[in-house]
Amino acid sequence: MDYQVILQILDSTLRLATPLLLACLAGLFSERAGIFDIGLEGKMLIAAFFSAAIAATTGSVWIGLFAGISASVALAMLHGLASITFRGDQLISGVAINFLAAGLTVLISEDWFQQGGRTPQLAGAARFNPIDLPFADTFSVVPILGPIYKEVISGHTILVYAALLAVPLTWYVLFRTRFGLRLRAVGENPGAVDTAGISVTRLRYTAVVICGILCGLAGAYLATGFAAGFVKEMSAGRGFIALAALIFAKWRPWQALGATLLFGLLDALGTRYQNIEVIGFNVPVQFMQALPYILTVVILAGFVGKAIPPRAGGAPYVKER
Amino acid sequence: MTLMTKFFGAAAAIALSAGAALAEPGLIIDLGGKFDKSFNEAAYNGAKRWIDETGGKYKETELQSEAQREQSMRRMAESGANPVVVLGFANASTLEKVAPDYPDTKFAIVDMVVNQPNVESIVFTEQEGSYLVGMLAGMASKTGTVSFVGGMDIPLIRRFACGFAQGVKAVNPSAKVIENMTGTTPAAWNDPVKGGEITRTQISQGSDVVYAAAGGTGVGVLQTAADEGILSIGVDSNQNYLHPGKVLTSMMKRVDNAVYNVFSNGVDGFEGGIKVMDLEANGVGYALDENNEKLITPEMKAAVEAAKAGIIAGEIKVHDYMSDDSCPVETM
Repeated sequence: MDYQVILQILDSTLRLATPLLLACLAGLFSERAGIFDIGLEGKMLIAAFFSAAIAATTGSVWIGLFAGISASVALAMLHGLASITFRGDQLISGVAINFLAAGLTVLISEDWFQQGGRTPQLAGAARFNPIDLPFADTFSVVPILGPIYKEVISGHTILVYAALLAVPLTWYVLFRTRFGLRLRAVGENPGAVDTAGISVTRLRYTAVVICGILCGLAGAYLATGFAAGFVKEMSAGRGFIALAALIFAKWRPWQALGATLLFGLLDALGTRYQNIEVIGFNVPVQFMQALPYILTVVILAGFVGKAIPPRAGGAPYVKER
Repeated sequence: MTLMTKFFGAAAAIALSAGAALAEPGLIIDLGGKFDKSFNEAAYNGAKRWIDETGGKYKETELQSEAQREQSMRRMAESGANPVVVLGFANASTLEKVAPDYPDTKFAIVDMVVNQPNVESIVFTEQEGSYLVGMLAGMASKTGTVSFVGGMDIPLIRRFACGFAQGVKAVNPSAKVIENMTGTTPAAWNDPVKGGEITRTQISQGSDVVYAAAGGTGVGVLQTAADEGILSIGVDSNQNYLHPGKVLTSMMKRVDNAVYNVFSNGVDGFEGGIKVMDLEANGVGYALDENNEKLITPEMKAAVEAAKAGIIAGEIKVHDYMSDDSCPVETM
């Protein structure tokens, strides 16, 4: 395996990890505020559909992105309404959102485009095109670091960089601002937050909306950055992988980056090496492609130490009895 | 009262006999969707052509999940549709079970062999069509490396891959053929994101012509190939129009002809048994139209036409992966 191949795999890793990272951070905001969210998948899917559909009809990817985020936020608000205002079961509401998104996207796209649950192919300004960072070619002569900059870091769509920037931003907001402190507190002990005279409901709704925005970015990336158009069920379980990564990362932003990059790397390896020989033993393609899922099971079985979720997670807050 | 009874009886009798005489043919669209621009769409186009020509009607259902196969097959037979066409290898075991329960209904299955008296099995010699597009790929490639993206990893798709590789090696024995499969579950027919990523990986390994035999996933493969400025080869339907000037050709698998034939033969002309749609019967071939005429030089066309004649005459033998589960030119 030479240096060039390693760079290509890392490049692929970054592309594959981006939707996972955005969804993982989305889940982080929501769950840190005490709202479990297994509806990440559904929100990504509906954002993927609306971003592609609106981008296809208007010809502008930015309007598409806005539509995708709006759709995702709408579902997030629905989740909030069910689990915060009406104190319903958060898991059930999340499952409902996943089903709703899977059905709605196909139904609406069939009605709008009659293409069997897909949108027309996007071209030109209707999708996010890769951008070359400045000096990519100039630096490429620098040994070791130059090629990394040119091959791995440069040449992605703007959403990839947005996802990477979201990590320090999330860290700053959660751990260095008053809002972040309150958000974390509301996930640990909402009673204390309420006693201090701060609205639990409002904080939780804010968290859920942030979650919706980030899921919207993830979905829009899938349909308008990574691929060029929506296809039914295109989120393909990425929302659940992101949840696993969130637990792996123990609900912390930098670790979330590491966890999603690891999943991306495994995915990239599975794509690149479909048949790999290890010490004379031929590893079948099925194993390589199952690697991310095997890792998920291993992680969830608790091999990586104890992952303690926010204490008030999953429980609706009742002010007084 | 008696008059009414008689009247109803007569009406019912007429309705029944009309139903028997004018049975509508049925088509069950497989997972991947009606407008996958590939396999299922070809079948739908065949049905549409039959409607346009005869003015008849047909019944259609579209599978939404793996679990619906048996249910939709039975419902189609019970609704009186005859003959019923089912698409795809995955229906074989279900049809094996369902067909004996409806002895009067004629079934046709595409891509698989089911040994029942009322089933016609339509198989295509994909290896021959793939061989021809493989030759074109080998001649069009400048890097000497071409690649293949399969959908679900099944013997049928390996047959495409094997025929393709043989064609490439026939014109350029030193060429390298990279082969990847999208997945091992039916979801692999519908994952353009993954297909695109596989294509990027293959391009980074030097490929400059990519052949997709992956249903809806192929849309992502062709898109990525067009984005990255390499040539691609479509499959099943003529996909040259998707990215004009960037799709080298398409391996045409005339599922539309198969569906059209079954529909127009109707119940009376039903034959049963195995029907092989090969190069000679125009069951497979390569697509040449105004979108790719600049990409195919006269020399390339002459070479492919010569090979086509050779295969039909039996002078060129294209190995069928499914005959012995192995491919002479590569190991995957």
